[in-house]
Amino acid sequence: MISVTGRELTTSQWLLRSLRLDGTLLVLITVLLMLGLAVLFSASGESVEALQRQIGRIALGVLALLVMARVPISTLRALSPWLFLAGLGLLFAVVLFGDVGKGARRWLDLGVIRFQPSEIMKLAMPLMVAWYLSLRNAPPRFVDLLVVAVLILVPVLLIMRQPDLGTALLVGVAGLLVIFLAGLHWRWFLGLGLAIAAVIPLLWTQMHDYQRQRILTLLNPESDPLGAGYHIIQSKIAIGSGGLYGKGWLNGTQSQLQFLPERSTDFVFAVYAEEFGFLGVVLLMALYFLIVGRGLWIAAMAQERFCRLIAGAISLTFAVYVVVNMGMVTGLLPVVGIPLPLISYGGTSLVTLMVGFGILMAVHSRQRLVNR
Amino acid sequence: MLIDRQDSYDEEGRDQRLFSVRVLVSLLILSLLLMALGVRLFTLQVGAHEHFTTLSENNRLRIEPVPPTRGLIFDRNGVLLAENRPAYQLEVTVEQAGDLDELLGRLSALVELSPLEIERFRGSVGQRRPFQPVLLKANLDDEAVARIAVARPELPGVEIQARPVRHYPLGEDFAHVVGYVGRINERDLQRLDARNYAGTSHTGKTGVERYYENILHGNTGHKQVEVNAEGRVIRELSAVPPVPGQDLTLSIDVELQRAARDALAPHDGAVVMLDPATGEVLALVSKPGFDPNPFVNGISHQAFDALQSDPHKPLFNRALSGQYPPGSTLKPLVGLAGLEEEVTTAERRMFATGYFQLPGHGRRYRDWKRGGHGWVDLSRAIAVSADVYFYDLGHKLGIDRMAPMLGAFGIGSRVGIDATGERPGILPSREWKRSVQNLPWFPGETVITAIGQGYLLATPLQLADVASTLANRGQRVQPRLLRAIRDGSSGETVTQPVRHLAPVIARDAHWDAIHEAMIESVHARHGTAWGSIGSDPPTGYRIAGKTGTAQVFSLAPDQEYEEEELNRLLWDHALFLAYAPADLPEIAVAVLVEHGGSGGRVAAPIAREVIDFYLSSRGQVAAAGEGS
Repeated sequence: MISVTGRELTTSQWLLRSLRLDGTLLVLITVLLMLGLAVLFSASGESVEALQRQIGRIALGVLALLVMARVPISTLRALSPWLFLAGLGLLFAVVLFGDVGKGARRWLDLGVIRFQPSEIMKLAMPLMVAWYLSLRNAPPRFVDLLVVAVLILVPVLLIMRQPDLGTALLVGVAGLLVIFLAGLHWRWFLGLGLAIAAVIPLLWTQMHDYQRQRILTLLNPESDPLGAGYHIIQSKIAIGSGGLYGKGWLNGTQSQLQFLPERSTDFVFAVYAEEFGFLGVVLLMALYFLIVGRGLWIAAMAQERFCRLIAGAISLTFAVYVVVNMGMVTGLLPVVGIPLPLISYGGTSLVTLMVGFGILMAVHSRQRLVNR
Repeated sequence: MLIDRQDSYDEEGRDQRLFSVRVLVSLLILSLLLMALGVRLFTLQVGAHEHFTTLSENNRLRIEPVPPTRGLIFDRNGVLLAENRPAYQLEVTVEQAGDLDELLGRLSALVELSPLEIERFRGSVGQRRPFQPVLLKANLDDEAVARIAVARPELPGVEIQARPVRHYPLGEDFAHVVGYVGRINERDLQRLDARNYAGTSHTGKTGVERYYENILHGNTGHKQVEVNAEGRVIRELSAVPPVPGQDLTLSIDVELQRAARDALAPHDGAVVMLDPATGEVLALVSKPGFDPNPFVNGISHQAFDALQSDPHKPLFNRALSGQYPPGSTLKPLVGLAGLEEEVTTAERRMFATGYFQLPGHGRRYRDWKRGGHGWVDLSRAIAVSADVYFYDLGHKLGIDRMAPMLGAFGIGSRVGIDATGERPGILPSREWKRSVQNLPWFPGETVITAIGQGYLLATPLQLADVASTLANRGQRVQPRLLRAIRDGSSGETVTQPVRHLAPVIARDAHWDAIHEAMIESVHARHGTAWGSIGSDPPTGYRIAGKTGTAQVFSLAPDQEYEEEELNRLLWDHALFLAYAPADLPEIAVAVLVEHGGSGGRVAAPIAREVIDFYLSSRGQVAAAGEGS
């Protein structure tokens, strides 16, 4: 019964196929999630409660992954523009009736749950751009570029207004990555780079005080040790004191003594680096690299344009998460509030990531069917 | 066709090749970025490892929160209701203390440590932040402070701290208004902003203290301190001072509140007095009260149990949370509904016998007066409180026309006073009964609702609000306790605006009729409050009011009510609502006397006493103002 494809399958292979999962990706994700739970336990001061809550979120994420892996790509593709429109509508709704939390209007209260519509855009944006570009000829022309520019700019500006610079950046990048993968000529990227350079002074005047402060502190964290620079100084001390081998799990004094703020969310990498050292960091980066690599391989193998674009964009956005978070915690990039994927405490970004992986797996199993 | 397909295959292939190039480029870029991160981490973790290890070992920077001082609470004349008193407390920094059991043993030789204090201490030790001192004993007396101070060199980690402690100088008379603060517990932490409460130990638990927590608390400051290897603070490097909480001036008048308490004696009950023009609550008494001070640092189990099991229920806020059948006090409202709906007129007379029967039903609804009241019109029916007139009127109106009028006066919904614990009462209707009991509405229920019995429940606060709305001829003002907010540092005072609620709409002639009927019930010889007010009227003004006697215990149709024979706890509640001076109302009052018996005999004199007190003291103030 198991030799459907003409060759013998082991039980686990059969299970993976019937669930439409990719074993390699699944193993890598599981390892990272386990690692994340271990770090969280340490960073939360050995709180079992925090651990339980995170396990609940992971369960939700796994469920999302399993469901998404079963949604046929053709369905997803047909839904893409509607998803985008719905996300856009919700973003407008946030502007009109959003809940204010910690000084920003990001949440939408639906009575039962509160959620951030900007999170939907992290996936709806690449889906929409991929949908549009897959209808057109490659490489994109000038008209396509104009349309896509509008598609990207409207949600990004809405999210920036909330204000949530980090998410706006990720959503914008997700859109840009699709155009890049679609084969847009290099000169356009050169042009975009120059345009950004020109816009920066203008942007500076439009920024909120706290955003400017973050950039200024980045350039010189010691200038404000009590306020914004405190995060970076403390996280550098935690990372640096970890050394080559680390202080050992649960032994990171900097994080355990609560010098380090937001140690289980955005700055969890510092806890990891303190306790597991440089070797641990290299291992973590290798795991992330493998996930991105596997995702891109799935993308490159796909026969349809839409599949390639969306799988590629999801993988590369994931890479951007990793690089930006690590860059921010090590003091190379401004503190923009992006969590470390699959490790940081918190549910919203975890579920979004798992939905993304579900799509990757759907692309993968579709390819397997086509090849057969 | 075939060529087209060939083309599209070619195109697909070209596209895939282009894509693969892009993927390779992005992998290359990603590798470069990760390498850059790797280099950065290498320099931090391996290159500068020693530097950062030193920093981490001497991590001397610590941010300590500096809690703000809580705002004070005053009455309308500036009498202090809640203050912060310095008190000495014994604290232990566990990291420095060594063996805890041994330390506790040595300390108990110096001061008395109760099992409760030790239990609490051990509990907080588990939840503390590192190097955060943990409270062992609050409110040390001078002698204990001296003994510990002498022995301190041998007591590592032990410190005596002077910290402000909330104190309520007027104690039990205001506990139901002001409320109290208590130690922050797990549940409080869920609703409070952890950052702003980092250094705060107490938060408002009930009353105004809870309702205006945000204003009273202020903003936490912080200081950066240098600590030594053991975590002891060596010096302060910089600080952002806290912003103290703002002071509250309540509308309560301490003298009036006390007068109301005395007037209620010896009964249990509630008195609520409102200024109908502004909605300001001038007095809000729930008797008996309780001393809020022991709650601040945690009341002992025994003391709490004693309060809980006290048959007079001192912890129960009768004025806001007590829901009582309003009895006849709501007859003016039913009368107004009858006039507005043109079911009756001011002139219509009926012969009120001793009972009422629904057409086709055998059950007799008895009047409180055996034999009935004879010929009555609406005004007289209100004045003599003729149940039979209102049974008949209620039946003709029906619950669907009666409930909206009661609802318009605020029955069945919270008035939204600025304190905790307010309950909405019950406004019965067909929908209400369907949703709560899943039963249809019966005509008999309409009949008893018309005399304020049955499912109908209201709080004394709501009844005072009804009196205020009657005084204002339908204008509704939201009752509130806060008169002004004062910023302690700038001295700036912000007076609270009057908040209007949706008015009760009725024709002028109808308001006049109800108004006259309420005067008649107090000042006419046949009025139910004649004996206690009208027969010896106050000088210079008249009172408009309505008595009520609410059944706690329902009698079988043929039973007679004999006060003496009943256990006191089954006695009726006595009620009275009033406004005065009748022609230009300055005050609206509701009095509830639990198990007091007759509203006219017991509750009305109390209302008269407090109204007299208020108007005469106001008169004096006005006279003094004119004199100077």
